[in-house]
Amino acid sequence: MGVVTPGFTGRARGANPRLPPGQYLAEDFPVLSAGPTPRVSAERWEFAVVTERGERRSWSWPELMALPSEKITVDIHCVTQWSKLDTHWRGVPVDALVGDLETAADYVMAHSYGGYTTNLPLADLLNGKAWIAYEYGGKPLTPEHGGPARLLVPHLYLWKSAKWVRELRLATKDDPGFWEAAGYHDYGDPWREQRYQGD
Amino acid sequence: MAGTAVSGRLAWRVARLAEIRQETPTARTLVFDIPGWPGHLAGQHVDVRLTAADGYTAQRSYSLAAPANGDRIELTVQRVADGEVSEHLTGPYAIGDPVEIRGPIGGWFVWRPADTAPVLLVAGGAGIVPLMAMIRARREAGSKALFRLVYSLRTPEELYYAAELRRPYAGLDITYVYTRELPEGQSGIPRRIDVPTLNTAAWPADFGATTYICGPTGFVETAADIMLALGHSPQSIRTERFGPSRD
Repeated sequence: MGVVTPGFTGRARGANPRLPPGQYLAEDFPVLSAGPTPRVSAERWEFAVVTERGERRSWSWPELMALPSEKITVDIHCVTQWSKLDTHWRGVPVDALVGDLETAADYVMAHSYGGYTTNLPLADLLNGKAWIAYEYGGKPLTPEHGGPARLLVPHLYLWKSAKWVRELRLATKDDPGFWEAAGYHDYGDPWREQRYQGD
Repeated sequence: MAGTAVSGRLAWRVARLAEIRQETPTARTLVFDIPGWPGHLAGQHVDVRLTAADGYTAQRSYSLAAPANGDRIELTVQRVADGEVSEHLTGPYAIGDPVEIRGPIGGWFVWRPADTAPVLLVAGGAGIVPLMAMIRARREAGSKALFRLVYSLRTPEELYYAAELRRPYAGLDITYVYTRELPEGQSGIPRRIDVPTLNTAAWPADFGATTYICGPTGFVETAADIMLALGHSPQSIRTERFGPSRD
């Protein structure tokens, strides 16, 4: 047990089994990002997957909209300690976008409009674990929350769910992305409290 | 986009409250003794962990308000209505009481004394905290980098670091924007941060300045959009947001 602070009793009792350690429930939807919010119109939006050998597949906004989408209800967890339960999204599973590409890659670097990057193991994006999400709470995703489309990887801390996602680049080597290079954990599992390097 | 690499596990350290400075009726600066503190950059933050007698813990992130002074660090905590941690830190928490702290964290929203580019700081309310650390780091280092601060607050009563900011300091220009109530004797009407304010206060876009914006989400969105509209590059604008979003 840690060092007790006299007089501190805490209030978030009745521990919710769906809250990972160190997290608290947020009613609102806080926004965290490193720079200005990119404004990307659906008209000039394009999303691509690039393999480690340079093979590239891309989708325009109408092309993405034409793909079968899924309704997703998930809990999300931010490294800054807030979590939201039962958030509602709509998006295209990453499987549908990466599925038929030939690749031996184990890793992915997600690139965003605005220059943000984050790295993930490819396996964490497949088999129904991740989406390119374009609706939140039944409405188009707002720019603050990554609209028109963001990556959604709910089982990892939210900085892995790159907002304004533009490209998934497959790679055989794991390189750190933006926050990972700044000291955040390479993987980011909320249940193991992988916040910073070495956690 | 180079960051500050953190090597090894960030250790929780025991910190004890050494001094309290009341900034406003609802915010106080807490000065901690934290043996073994490794130092930090202006703009970085820490995680603070409180533990109850039965082992229950709660942790939150707070910006560092000043450069490290040996084993001393400062945080400024604003009481949040129903804030589990902030209500304790701005209330019963007393001199000598321990908390656990780990950090420093963050390598992007930082200012380094070796940076010579002009700087614009844009603060919304409690967003002044990491920006004040930059102002203090500049002063401590004897830096000649030109600083401008735009500080938006609801009423004069909410001004943090009042005595220090009111003392004129060469190379630091301050513009206050009051959104609800003006200081006594000042003419005009309260307003929010807008294009004319930033057009006047910001450095011209071709000066190679860096802009740091910190505040509630809506404020940061507005200020960053204005800076982009004034021709500043997205790469020159660094943001830190807190609090509820607009929707």
